[in-house]
Amino acid sequence: MRLLFSLFSGLLFGAGLFISGMTDTTKVQGWLDIFGAWDPTLAFVLGGAIIPMFFAWRLSTGRRPVTAAQFPPPPPVKIDRRLAIGSLLFGAGWGLAGLCPGPAIASLGYGGVFHWVFFGAMLVGMGLTPYILRNFPRLSGA
Amino acid sequence: MEPEWIWGLAGGLLIGLGGAVLLWGNGRIMGASGIVGGLVDGSGRADWADRLAFLAGVFGMPLLLYPLFTEVDTHISQNLTVLVAAGLLVGIGTRLANGCTSGHGVCGISRFSWRGIVATLFYLLAGGVSVLLFRHIWGII
Repeated sequence: MRLLFSLFSGLLFGAGLFISGMTDTTKVQGWLDIFGAWDPTLAFVLGGAIIPMFFAWRLSTGRRPVTAAQFPPPPPVKIDRRLAIGSLLFGAGWGLAGLCPGPAIASLGYGGVFHWVFFGAMLVGMGLTPYILRNFPRLSGA
Repeated sequence: MEPEWIWGLAGGLLIGLGGAVLLWGNGRIMGASGIVGGLVDGSGRADWADRLAFLAGVFGMPLLLYPLFTEVDTHISQNLTVLVAAGLLVGIGTRLANGCTSGHGVCGISRFSWRGIVATLFYLLAGGVSVLLFRHIWGII
């Protein structure tokens, strides 16, 4: 049952990323090109995605998910160095190639070999992060 | 040709529905970087099958739709240095920040999470500066 929900969620997510234009790197860079020929299309993607999620969160109080004991706890409020520095690095890479993690996976099947190069480097970066945190303890704000 | 924002809005709604299914089905937050990253660094070993099932859907659905949208082009860079540098930045950045566009952006903002809102402002700002520098000033992309 859990697997079916996961798969179904992934299918919807993949379909949405594909038809919305999030896997088109030119479109993403156009949306980030605030200082050039700005393309506002992706604002509709983020806005559209937030609508169902807003209701999903709203209706969750006092209820429970189908296969789990409870919904995720309220988010932590602490803004730390990790969050700020990580988001800045992520944004820099997102602008450079026009891909964020979801679309990077959604485009692997049809986008060709250059998508696998980006995806491979992203996995390496993810694997390196625990080592970076261990060697730069100040990143965690400790 | 129909206006592009309709496709953006429709795709966005599907993305949000995907997040709602994962939240209401399994009580989990749909964050692409966390779901993949947990498999890479071993922190998500306990529910690896859930993660793989999700990723199979994300990978598989565009493959099924592609024949219906053959004019689709991802316009990906063919510069290996750009791809590797960007991939490393995205991988490290999202794992440090504990989230990307789906986790912090879609799932975080929709429940008014401060961390989600701040992360989104930061990566949008950095993305804008990145395109400004690499496209308009250095002309690399």
